[in-house]
Amino acid sequence: MDNIIEIKNLKKKFKKVEALKGINLNVAPGELFAYLGPNGSGKTTTIRILTGLSRATSGTALLNGKDIEINRIESRRQFGLVPQVINLDPELTVRQNLDIHGRLFGMKKSDRKERIEALLGYIDMSDRSESLVKHLSGGLKRRVMVARAMLHSPRIIFLDEPTTGLDPGIRRKIWSLIKKIQQDGTTIFLTTHYIEEAEFLAERVAFLEKGEIVAVNTPASFMEKLGSWAVDILGEDGLYTEFFQSSEDANRFIASGYEGFTKRRVNLEDAFIAITGKKIGLSGNGNVGSGIKEL
Amino acid sequence: MINECFAIYLRELLILRRKFWRQVASMSVSPTLYLIAFGFGMGKNFDVGSRPYMEFLIPGLAAMSSMIYSFGIASEINVARFYWKIFEEFQASPVRNIAFVAGEVLAGMTRSFMAVAIILAVGFISGVKLHYGIFFWTGIFLNSFLFASLAVGLAMVVKSHADQALLSNFVITPMAFLGGTFFPMKNMPEIVQKILYFIPLTHASSVIRSSAYGDMPDKASVLVLLFLGIVFFIIAFRVVHLARD
Repeated sequence: MDNIIEIKNLKKKFKKVEALKGINLNVAPGELFAYLGPNGSGKTTTIRILTGLSRATSGTALLNGKDIEINRIESRRQFGLVPQVINLDPELTVRQNLDIHGRLFGMKKSDRKERIEALLGYIDMSDRSESLVKHLSGGLKRRVMVARAMLHSPRIIFLDEPTTGLDPGIRRKIWSLIKKIQQDGTTIFLTTHYIEEAEFLAERVAFLEKGEIVAVNTPASFMEKLGSWAVDILGEDGLYTEFFQSSEDANRFIASGYEGFTKRRVNLEDAFIAITGKKIGLSGNGNVGSGIKEL
Repeated sequence: MINECFAIYLRELLILRRKFWRQVASMSVSPTLYLIAFGFGMGKNFDVGSRPYMEFLIPGLAAMSSMIYSFGIASEINVARFYWKIFEEFQASPVRNIAFVAGEVLAGMTRSFMAVAIILAVGFISGVKLHYGIFFWTGIFLNSFLFASLAVGLAMVVKSHADQALLSNFVITPMAFLGGTFFPMKNMPEIVQKILYFIPLTHASSVIRSSAYGDMPDKASVLVLLFLGIVFFIIAFRVVHLARD
């Protein structure tokens, strides 16, 4: 089957800063794809270009076969967007926000009404439909934004750091919602700097660093290469990590005389560090100990 | 196209409805103050031509408020663009640029008509009786179309809310005082009159005042307003893409 998102040599330059240095990427229909990288790595820039909010300096991008610049109007019908910043109309009610969105996408009155009711149920907010958005909590606003992105039944949903700033309980609710949307057949393109979010949700992950994709794989494949267990040790040169295939191997290593360690499961951040030498949670010069780079 | 345009317009109307009484109160303050300061302050016996100054002032205030409130749509767009980020919802939707511009221009014109209605009400309460027929409202229509189109175009070009405030200070405020609002143009030196002829509000004041006096408006001024309105609308439509990064 053809890819639903095709990105070829996408570049973006802001004056002297090269935000994207030639991105190549394909996403299959129905896939839940995560774009993982530290702040400033180019995640939001990519989404902004794909959704028409920014212009690429060069390169092409197709959404469901429609070029985002040549078929601007048609390509925008292919996706729904949940941006990083809450951009609902605070002075309007939840229903009015959704209704305006439906009108912008040319939906008929009866379709809008039916779909809004269904989605309010889907996000478990039927009882808040007449609430002004400014009176909603951050988590509820996020849910409304997800419903808004789904309203016109797009093939793709772009989620730009959808759980940033939310408490862990609300974050898990949003994750369930995202999983549910994907299970209903929608392609999800997710950017995040939360490791556990990408690990829990994504079928494939791209690691992005300084405007370049440095690796693409499934979370399991990334982690398998390192092993199953990790031991973090605070040495003289700082924190470094050793990886092991089994828990027993890790225990034997610890028993050989290490103190001040943490034993844990290998995660995606370990893979990111192994590839880039940097932590995802750090922007700029987030280099970690040299012991890790050798992995 | 019409549905997209209506969606943009409807959003502005819903916000306007939410803030209706606050908006009415705000629109009433300036004309009331101008009427008190310039109208009553000048005294009842002060005439312009053969008419009392209040009769001269009300059409001028209508032209000025029509300009200010239609141009005010730029602030609304900028709040949506730079503060609430709602403008990105439009950018990411399949709305044609022309539909966006038309919807926002209509919203600006609606505010303008509201402001003029309030001035006429204040004037009526003050005992000023003029002619508010088809030519008067055509003048208001052209003036608000022109300035709402100019506002939408500038709102797409500015890079911050502060830039917008600068434009208002340098463009709108001088025009409000020099466009034949508070005093007759013929009292100005000839060279200044020639310069002020290039200000759109001069023509709007002329058309609106003549109509309010029951006279036929100057055809040249009507054509100038129509021409500039169309030019600004086209420019606004052509610069929407500049609002993208």
